[in-house]
Amino acid sequence: MNKLKTATEMVAELRDGMTIGIGGWGPRRKPMALIREIVRSDLKDLTIVCYGGADVGMLCAAGKVKKLIFAFVSLDFIPLEPFFRKAREQGELELMEIDEGMLLLGLRAAAWGCPFIPTQVGLGTDVLKHNPDLKVVDSPYDEKEWVAMPAIKLDAALVHVDHADARGVCQISAPDHHMDDWFVRAAKKSYVSCDELVTSDHFNSPEVARQVFWERSLTTAVCHLPGGAHPTSCAPFNGIDNKHFLHYNKCAKEGGFSAYSDEFINGKTEQEYQELLGGLAAIRAIPQTTY
Amino acid sequence: MTTQYSLAELMICAASTAFDNDGEVLATGIGVIPRLAATLSMSTKNPDLMMTDSEAYLLSEPNPIGPRGDDFVQRNETWMGFSRIFDNVWSRKRHAMIGPTQIDQFGQSNISALGGDYDRPKIQMLGVRGLPGNSISHANSFFVPSHNKRVFVANECDVVCSIGYNPERLPKGYQLNEVDIRLVITDICVMDWQGPNHQLRLVSLHPGVSVDEVIEKTGFAIHVEDNTPTTAAPTAEQLAIIAKFDPYNIRAKQLKDNPPGVRAVAVTEDS
Repeated sequence: MNKLKTATEMVAELRDGMTIGIGGWGPRRKPMALIREIVRSDLKDLTIVCYGGADVGMLCAAGKVKKLIFAFVSLDFIPLEPFFRKAREQGELELMEIDEGMLLLGLRAAAWGCPFIPTQVGLGTDVLKHNPDLKVVDSPYDEKEWVAMPAIKLDAALVHVDHADARGVCQISAPDHHMDDWFVRAAKKSYVSCDELVTSDHFNSPEVARQVFWERSLTTAVCHLPGGAHPTSCAPFNGIDNKHFLHYNKCAKEGGFSAYSDEFINGKTEQEYQELLGGLAAIRAIPQTTY
Repeated sequence: MTTQYSLAELMICAASTAFDNDGEVLATGIGVIPRLAATLSMSTKNPDLMMTDSEAYLLSEPNPIGPRGDDFVQRNETWMGFSRIFDNVWSRKRHAMIGPTQIDQFGQSNISALGGDYDRPKIQMLGVRGLPGNSISHANSFFVPSHNKRVFVANECDVVCSIGYNPERLPKGYQLNEVDIRLVITDICVMDWQGPNHQLRLVSLHPGVSVDEVIEKTGFAIHVEDNTPTTAAPTAEQLAIIAKFDPYNIRAKQLKDNPPGVRAVAVTEDS
């Protein structure tokens, strides 16, 4: 089986109004090349589900997002995502703002085919006040009330991994695979970009096989996009491009997203994007963050 | 001889006491001062404490802050990625210390958004992050680098991200004492929530700070007992441990102008 597709072919399979989950966490291992492809597309009215970073900021600024299901949006060392901030402060977004763990439970419920998973999380907070659709239920086993965290069913998941083969076996060798496996399991279709395309014998080593977090049957398509997580990190290849994020943040104050997009995304191929940054070698020379 | 110390170092030592009697729990200090506080406790009073590398591994010995050199061996114990953090949170064996933007009289806190309407806030911040789950699952302490009425707000927080001691929000089947908010360490004092009906209570004043100053800078009434002690000064041993784990002195950049731990006495000229 050959699941190879281009980024353009992948994004062409997405539809207006879809609920799309995005892997990674804040400024770490986001499928940014696929995000740039969506920015260039005509897609609109998307519901985005993620642990957000610049993926959310860019998609909001490009007018692609109708609703956001999230716990935070942050670039970490720049705590507040500038374009997400703008969208919120202009009252443009429909929200489902929930706890990080609730988001995980929602993905698990979808993955397991459960309508909901009971949890304490959210009780006593404004998460319940601002999400009137979140139901609180009695337990058949104790006297307490529980939040019935509903399944977050995804039409599609977008994730970036370091190595994959053409059959959809995906390796995440970064220290953390975040919730990517749950995004993939919660989705009808999963689109994966990878830094390195390998043959299947790459996975023979038990150490490598342990870094494969879902079965290939869950991978719909694979796209070979070296450096495709930039400006977010993808260990072991590149760290977070702080300099680029500072420039991105500055654009929010001067020129807006159109200035950033004209410089890096609009009418540019991924190769042209990388050339503006000094090429793939320069991207891969960006060191990993020490926490 | 009096040992010189900065206000940041005083706050690290005061904050470290929050973890001293925790036993074997994961201490998560978000930010340089809370992280060094947990590091100090794990290095002295509570060696059973657990800490992560702030990325994906649990450590048997805390990491120093900043670049660590190629020969540094990180003392990994086990993998502790974000999905597993929630297994730990829900096991209740954790104590987090964070710096919220707002804290109200009930110990509820906010890092999500400020002002305006929820649909169109004046200032969008991070989102609720993990606060709803942390607050109902395990112990939590607060770190406040600048004690003022914008942090300690008169009304409820603009977005209530964490459950506190508010009887009106108590979920069915719960009791207020199931919520476990521990210390509040600010730049002028240490407080806890052990006043009558979980009222915020003054525990100690940093050197040179008066009770009146704390009352004046807090947007709601606090409980004050007689003879409030002065916050304990860092010992030479504590300062050496802090310096070892913060070799680049990042702690000096956490508070505006890096003030000394003992306030300089104002010089007045009599005419």
